[in-house]
Amino acid sequence: MSNAHSNKATGPIPDNAATKTADYFDERLGIYGAAKKNLRKVFPDHWSFMLGEVALYSFIIILLTGVWLTLFFKPSMTEVVYDGSYVPLQGIHMSEAYASTLDISFDIRGGLAIRQIHHWAALIFVSSLFVHMFRIFFTGAFRKPREMNWLFGFLLLVLAMVNGFTGYSLPDDLLSGTGLRIAEGVVLAIPLVGTYLQFFLFGGEFPGTDIVPRLFTIHVLLVPAIMVGLLTVHLILVFYHKHTQFPGAGRTEKNVVGLPLLPVYTAKAGGFFFIVFGITAALGGLVQINPIWSYGPYHPGQITAGSQPDWYIGFLEGSLRIMPNWETNLWGHTISWNVLIPSLVVPGVMFTFIAAYPWLEAWVTGDKREHHLLDRPRNVPVRTGLGAAWIAMYLVLWIGGGNDIIATHFHLSINSITWTMRVLFFVAPVLAFVVARRIAMALQRRDKDKVLHGRETGIIKKLPHGEFIEVHEPLDAERLHFLTSHEQPTPAALPPAVDENGVARKLKPGEKLRVRLSRWYFDEKVEKPTAEEYKEITSGHGHH
Amino acid sequence: MSSNHDMSEEKLPAAHAPAGTLDPFADPGLPEHEPRRTDIDEKAAKRAERQVSLLFVISMLATVGFIASYVTIDKYRIVDLFFFGKIGALNLALGVTLGIALFCIGAGAVHWARTLMTDEEIVQERHELKSSPEDREAGIREFQQGAADSGIGRRPLIRRTMIGAMALVPLSGVVLLRDLGPLPGNKLRHTFWGRKGPEGRTVIINENTGKPLKPDHIIKGSLTMAKPEGLNQETEDHQPNEHYLAEMGKAVILLVRLEPDEIKSKKQLEWSYQGIVAYSKICTHVGCPIGLYEQQTHHLLCPCHQSTFDLADDGAVVFGPAARSLPQLKITVNESTGFLEAVGDFAEPVGPSFWERG
Repeated sequence: MSNAHSNKATGPIPDNAATKTADYFDERLGIYGAAKKNLRKVFPDHWSFMLGEVALYSFIIILLTGVWLTLFFKPSMTEVVYDGSYVPLQGIHMSEAYASTLDISFDIRGGLAIRQIHHWAALIFVSSLFVHMFRIFFTGAFRKPREMNWLFGFLLLVLAMVNGFTGYSLPDDLLSGTGLRIAEGVVLAIPLVGTYLQFFLFGGEFPGTDIVPRLFTIHVLLVPAIMVGLLTVHLILVFYHKHTQFPGAGRTEKNVVGLPLLPVYTAKAGGFFFIVFGITAALGGLVQINPIWSYGPYHPGQITAGSQPDWYIGFLEGSLRIMPNWETNLWGHTISWNVLIPSLVVPGVMFTFIAAYPWLEAWVTGDKREHHLLDRPRNVPVRTGLGAAWIAMYLVLWIGGGNDIIATHFHLSINSITWTMRVLFFVAPVLAFVVARRIAMALQRRDKDKVLHGRETGIIKKLPHGEFIEVHEPLDAERLHFLTSHEQPTPAALPPAVDENGVARKLKPGEKLRVRLSRWYFDEKVEKPTAEEYKEITSGHGHH
Repeated sequence: MSSNHDMSEEKLPAAHAPAGTLDPFADPGLPEHEPRRTDIDEKAAKRAERQVSLLFVISMLATVGFIASYVTIDKYRIVDLFFFGKIGALNLALGVTLGIALFCIGAGAVHWARTLMTDEEIVQERHELKSSPEDREAGIREFQQGAADSGIGRRPLIRRTMIGAMALVPLSGVVLLRDLGPLPGNKLRHTFWGRKGPEGRTVIINENTGKPLKPDHIIKGSLTMAKPEGLNQETEDHQPNEHYLAEMGKAVILLVRLEPDEIKSKKQLEWSYQGIVAYSKICTHVGCPIGLYEQQTHHLLCPCHQSTFDLADDGAVVFGPAARSLPQLKITVNESTGFLEAVGDFAEPVGPSFWERG
């Protein structure tokens, strides 16, 4: 295993109680084999590798606090008259779900803290999943052999958003009911089966009395069970594939360089769990989130201005807001494009693109090798541009979801904000692509410049004949290797139109498109400095 | 460790090339380990040890503080905290002490790892995931043998009936979902207002006061939210009415007073009473209640997605994602009581569109 490691533990194996206990378990479970393989497993280090950890830890926090909340929450829409300690709502008719959430918030000690930790952890969970996913995307960590794990992670992200929505719909307050009402409208817009789906989902007309207990089962059992399963496979695969690493001196596709699981990552990652939990707990104590008591119980005829969903549903909200009001009536049937497109088609296309990206890119590049060294985002400008474009599109929708808040805070016309977002939805991704790609290329040029001319030291030297020059310091061997070790694929080309026998060649379907995309990916590039160039400049001419 | 060992295969030829033509960009191998202060200075190591322990001690104290807060602080006590404002004292104390207790364990562990545990990097080999050709062949052979032993290829009758049985069996699960809810029927087409037939009169009740409305209760420039008489949170025998919210979700209306000459549509004028018009409060986009009224323009704005309706023009959409006008409810006044009444039901389904709406 750690064949290159020098300070190995030696001496006789101690014959004490600990060893005996371990022996007991080994004879029944075979633990020494697993220990030999995994205890000193190496993990490479980089700050961005902690993003997935944040996701994992916030998920654990959600599970722990969530179990506690189920001990007190009553998932029932049975109507009760509130008689708890929150004076403004005393004597008001409300569901048991809302009343028990008020009890958790006011009458059960620590209840509000745990509720707020649960909610904060959920917000952090989805955020960290997104950022983690983009880290994987921009560094190309999704490439072979990790495509399947990308897909598992993608499913975790989608399920996290679903479960977040079902979660904040449970308290049955005015805000959560408004979210459900919108969801009802979305379900109704589904052609052919929408009306039936809505009646089956809600157990009749909206809101009915079934939706909260049903969402509760989905929220605490169905989705979390699937997520725990996916997460387990996700982590097993991270172990099995061995973590990717950034290129650098001594780091190759065939090795993994880093620190051992025991003790360094046990301490660092285990410690980091407590740090994340500690910060989330402090947030739960200090920063109010989702104050359901100020919204009041749900009533389909009431609403507060400025209703906003949790942040990760905001892009759907914005999508619904900026969509033009198209509806078709054909042969007695209604198709609500104004709901269908923004709430199902647009997110469907955006997220399918994410899920499918590893296979799309592999098809374009035709690359069938394993990749364990990460790409620096600048070295793959088109991929980086595509990621930026996706983020731009998401952000436009997300900002669109707050168009009323923007309008009231900045005294702008809501109509012009909405129109701006409609235009930006198409323009911003293109701009983001072009800008990100240009920046990536420019950074490559700077790398090249550094390799050939060294680092600018900031030291100005006066030469005997009066000329001033800035001293450039040549890079060390490690840095030179780091800046030049990336690959620069040549774009695919179509084979000659006729084969060696003069017979017209038949192309595979899609081959032309593939070649065109491959050119788009790789045609324009900043040529890496060659050894000859480097020697030419470093020998003789000195630095300039 | 030797640099040769860490050299990538691709770069090996360069390393063996004669001196002078060496690739300047070749992998120089893992750099030498540089010791940290705590690796060589026992005093620094001791200091780090004390810092780690201090963090663990703070954590212990915070846990004691958590328990003490839980027991001693009154759960209804409010404190005024700089920057955070008025805040529940117990919630604050529990969150902060728990946060400190957890954070300090984490900070201690990480500080320990960074200062006292090894930071010497280890190199481990990777192996391609692909199986060796022998394993590949053996695996395929095992499968072939298993398939041959089962006879699944030679006995198509078994194969096809098995596929058929497996394909059908999930249907039971789908059928079992049928009782999740009733069939829609024409429930989405009717509201509580239509309960007495097409010309039946229903008294309009002010949602806030619970009392019937007279025309002079409707003041210019304000919105009055109203519901049909007989639709209450409790049934007549004082049981909770479980259909109340579902019925309100369709029946809730808004009453607004306009100048009769401001009303642009003839139908709207006919369905109004002295300039008082009644519209469904449920947005035709995805069903949010509409609550923001701009009296200068007679525009009604939905706070969810900003669909804007012109109340002086048949409730027509003037902006936003809603595709259909707000349904109007025909009203009149009962000559004997002087109360506003609705005549029959809405002429069209209220709320979001649906496939069968037409």
